[in-house]
Amino acid sequence: MPTLVFVESAEGQIKKTSLEAVAYAHALGQPVTALAIGEVDKAELENLGKFGAQKVLHANDAKLNQAVIQAYASVIIKAMEDEKADMLVLANSSLGTPVAARVAAKIGASLASNVIALPDTSAGFSVKKSIYTGKAFSWIELKNPKKVIALKKNAAEAKEVGGTASITPYAVSLSDADFSVKITSSEKATGEILLPEANIVVSGGRGMKGPEHWGILEELAKTLHAATGCSKPVSDMHWRPHHEHVGQTGVKVAPQLYIAVGISGAIQHLAGVNSSKCIVVINKDPEAPFFKAADYGIVGDAFEIIPKLTEAIKAAK
Amino acid sequence: MKILICITHVPDTTSKIAFKDNNTKFDPTGVQFIIGPYDDYALARAVELKEANAGSTLTVLNVGLAETEPTIRKALAIGADDAIRVNADPTDSFFVAAQIAEHAKAGGYDLILMGRESIDYNSGVVHGIVGEMLGMPSVSPVMKLDIEGNKAKLVREIEGGKETIEVNLPFVAGCQEPIAEWKIPNMRGIMSARTKPLKVVEPKSADGGVATKKFELPAPKGAVKMIPADNMGQLVNLLKTEAKVL
Ligand SMILES: Cc1cc2nc3c(=O)[nH]c(=O)nc-3n(C[C@H](O)[C@H](O)[C@H](O)COP(=O)(O)OP(=O)(O)OC[C@H]3O[C@@H](n4cnc5c(N)ncnc54)[C@H](O)[C@@H]3O)c2cc1C
Ligand SMILES: Nc1ncnc2c1ncn2[C@@H]1O[C@H](COP(=O)(O)O)[C@@H](O)[C@H]1O
Repeated sequence: MPTLVFVESAEGQIKKTSLEAVAYAHALGQPVTALAIGEVDKAELENLGKFGAQKVLHANDAKLNQAVIQAYASVIIKAMEDEKADMLVLANSSLGTPVAARVAAKIGASLASNVIALPDTSAGFSVKKSIYTGKAFSWIELKNPKKVIALKKNAAEAKEVGGTASITPYAVSLSDADFSVKITSSEKATGEILLPEANIVVSGGRGMKGPEHWGILEELAKTLHAATGCSKPVSDMHWRPHHEHVGQTGVKVAPQLYIAVGISGAIQHLAGVNSSKCIVVINKDPEAPFFKAADYGIVGDAFEIIPKLTEAIKAAK
Repeated sequence: MKILICITHVPDTTSKIAFKDNNTKFDPTGVQFIIGPYDDYALARAVELKEANAGSTLTVLNVGLAETEPTIRKALAIGADDAIRVNADPTDSFFVAAQIAEHAKAGGYDLILMGRESIDYNSGVVHGIVGEMLGMPSVSPVMKLDIEGNKAKLVREIEGGKETIEVNLPFVAGCQEPIAEWKIPNMRGIMSARTKPLKVVEPKSADGGVATKKFELPAPKGAVKMIPADNMGQLVNLLKTEAKVL
């Protein structure tokens, strides 16, 4: 039976995490139908074929331009019925995870979120999930015939497999109840690299001394095409916006490279970065606990080191 | 207003995580348990709403075994009026949600507050499942929640920003900071919590079709490589050729 993948988009572009979801679904071995909701560029829909989707459904109703969770869940449930899909794969996000929960509850599917690897199908169907905020993993068997899997970033590599997809407009009738939650306005950073999805993150802590000093971090981030993040006290003091706060109680990031500047490395901060592939720590205190979690460390004053690092990166390009 | 707040009993954020019985069970040795940090934000907002709306009641619910009672008492000390403990090991989100929904159906709550996610399972799904089971809207993660009459105005965090939402009561919300500041119980709260009602009920059967097979710990991190502060060229080189992340 086919696997349905709900692909998310921002500003008309399919998110990288959703391409990973398509690649994950492709690796499961069943035919893959991708479902895009709202306005998405046509070339982006076609591109899904390259990552393993045979078919793309596009539900482009004006009512769906705002991502209302219940309405999106209804569209997905209908598409699973129409496609006779027994499996839904999507990326964990502020939209994907709540949608996964409602869909699974409605259709009686076994549900796993925060999944980080392809399933083990040697005995049943088990997935690996990140738990205790990245401090541990669990293997969970999904026993129901229907399954819903929400993936953490990097669960699968978005690899091109070189196929093509047919694109079909997908019309659904929606009820008023689907829109009982009304989004009256939204504010979103545009054109910026978003922290939860970034491949490189440059993060600053209280050691940066004040918001007026973020210029050097932004310059470094720009040079690296990186997103900027911060520690909790930094967002608590409103030096940086709340959505940049990384850690146990903030955004959990999983970039290729995390550069921590003037952050001591409290366990609650580490909980949000422990899925990073490589960690660089810059701190003037050689005893800072963050060094124990780092791959590369530099002891010294951030205000001297950061401009030099930015220069070195520019020079190496 | 009738408010229900659902809390988890989870290891303190500084805990070292370990497993026992051949990696099939969490090892609680030496671990301090707390109210889930996100649940604690939700609880703090619930207490504020209760205090701002005369005649409101605030009930705390936890699905857990007897060892969770000190955590439930803490929520009572912070300001909940009464408590329910559903006597079961909360190993499956669907099962937990079914217990909450079962109680909420009979309770006639205007508002069901939870944390955005538990910090043990990190699933972030219980509020959505409860919403679906009760046929109610569910909104998460909520950073701001104000109530006027039977309408609520919420701010929900999205990747790189936020959205403002309006929804009628009743609904389910998964909360996070800065919805309210954590509250620390005072002496009077702690004294009165001892005598507030805490009812223990047996679970109804519910099966989400999931089973935990085993736990794993991450591979230990290798030693950090220190780079002299005056040699950023070396760092860039290592990031390119050794770590292969640039
Ligand atoms: C339940 C709970 C949840 C929490 N959740 C989070 C969370 O999600 N995220 C989070 O970040 N925190 C969280 N915290 C807070 C956490 O415990 C720490 O307090 C916080 O991470 C510290 O932030 P910091 O490293 O920026 O500041 P500090 O601990 O003050 O560290 C500043 C660092 O900067 C260094 N420094 C100073 N000047 C310079 C300079 N010129 N150059 C280089 N380095 C310099 C210092 O040596 C120091 O190591 C949580 C706490 C609790 C109790
Ligand atoms: N055992 C439980 N008892 C009561 N509430 C719970 C329980 N587990 C989860 N919840 C609530 O559901 C929220 C989301 O949990 P989760 O889906 O596990 O991340 C938590 O923040 C709690 O508010």
